[in-house]
Amino acid sequence: MSRQSNRATDSKKMNSELFTLTYGALVTQLCKDYENDEEVNKQLDKIKFTSHVVLHRFFQEGCAAGKITNKMGYNIGVRLIEDFLARSSVGRCHDFRETADVIAKVAFKMYLGITPSVTNWSPAGDEFSLILESNPLVDFVELPDNHSNLVYSSLLCGVLRGALEMVQMAVDVRFAQDTLRGDSVTEIRMKFIKRIEENLPAGDE
Amino acid sequence: MEVRFTRGKSAILERSLTRPKTEVSVSAFALLFSEMVQYCQSRVYSVSELQARLADMGQGVGASLLDVLVMREKNGKRETKVLNILLFIKVNVWKSLFGKEADKLEQANDDDKTYYIIEKEPLINAYISVPKENSTLNCAAFTGGIVEAILTHSGFPAKVTVHWHKGTTLMIKFDEAVIARDKSLDGR
Repeated sequence: MSRQSNRATDSKKMNSELFTLTYGALVTQLCKDYENDEEVNKQLDKIKFTSHVVLHRFFQEGCAAGKITNKMGYNIGVRLIEDFLARSSVGRCHDFRETADVIAKVAFKMYLGITPSVTNWSPAGDEFSLILESNPLVDFVELPDNHSNLVYSSLLCGVLRGALEMVQMAVDVRFAQDTLRGDSVTEIRMKFIKRIEENLPAGDE
Repeated sequence: MEVRFTRGKSAILERSLTRPKTEVSVSAFALLFSEMVQYCQSRVYSVSELQARLADMGQGVGASLLDVLVMREKNGKRETKVLNILLFIKVNVWKSLFGKEADKLEQANDDDKTYYIIEKEPLINAYISVPKENSTLNCAAFTGGIVEAILTHSGFPAKVTVHWHKGTTLMIKFDEAVIARDKSLDGR
């Protein structure tokens, strides 16, 4: 009966609807706030993305709300990785395949209650896809025509990017397919870019 | 609002109304909500503006939740009495959002338009520490927005505000007309 250890692994669950609707309310607000292109650009100037690859891609998509949720996701990921490492007993991953497994089978299960499948490995083993049968973020969602460019769940990309960056992996994450835009499945494509060298604290050099 | 057809691009109208079985972790929600609060904070100058923004977002949640809950738990029948709609919020709405009933529902002693929903430890505030200089800030304003939308869309126009009192208290002030209508219904 060790309460201490229970507390560490026990992650409380809640109904997904509040989560879904809250996210919906946030995206709606972003779409309202960023209707004006000029302001979008002004706002974007202030935001520093760490991954230029992702930034570039989202500029091309041309939808501000997607960019902002991606950035918010990044902030979440940076914090979520600690929660994750503390609750799961997962150690360091030795290769990208192991990382993929942990993300799909442990992390997605723990936080969103779903287990995506891992497929479409690139020959070099540096790129794979997560196929989501269901996506709790989009439960009540339908994209209006004037937002057909919106990457609604781009929060997830940011989360994955931020969390992996904290364990020294730079990855590019994007939606390759999205049921909201008429595809039959939701597919998140993840590409390993490089291992981030650990910075020595100043003064150790 | 533009009129449009779904053109089969979404199966949302075909979905069953039963409660989805998926559960997400409270951490996921807490982190998302924290980002939301920070986003709002970056665009406002005062605590009351921040609360107003959170309440606005809550309104969106409440409006979408009302219909699905009425269909699912009330067989499509809407409430017409003040007490019943308040109980609907205390019991059904709270259970579906937070997994439990609200702690207390009270009426103000001195005012028949005012009701309180009291929650000792609201889930929304579980991971939020309020800075000293902004001690009036209560992120449950979001919940307040949800409740306000549910009341208003059910035909009970009301103002909902949030206060720190015995935990977190949502103060519901109904329009005069709502109370007058309720009394006339009683009279029949």
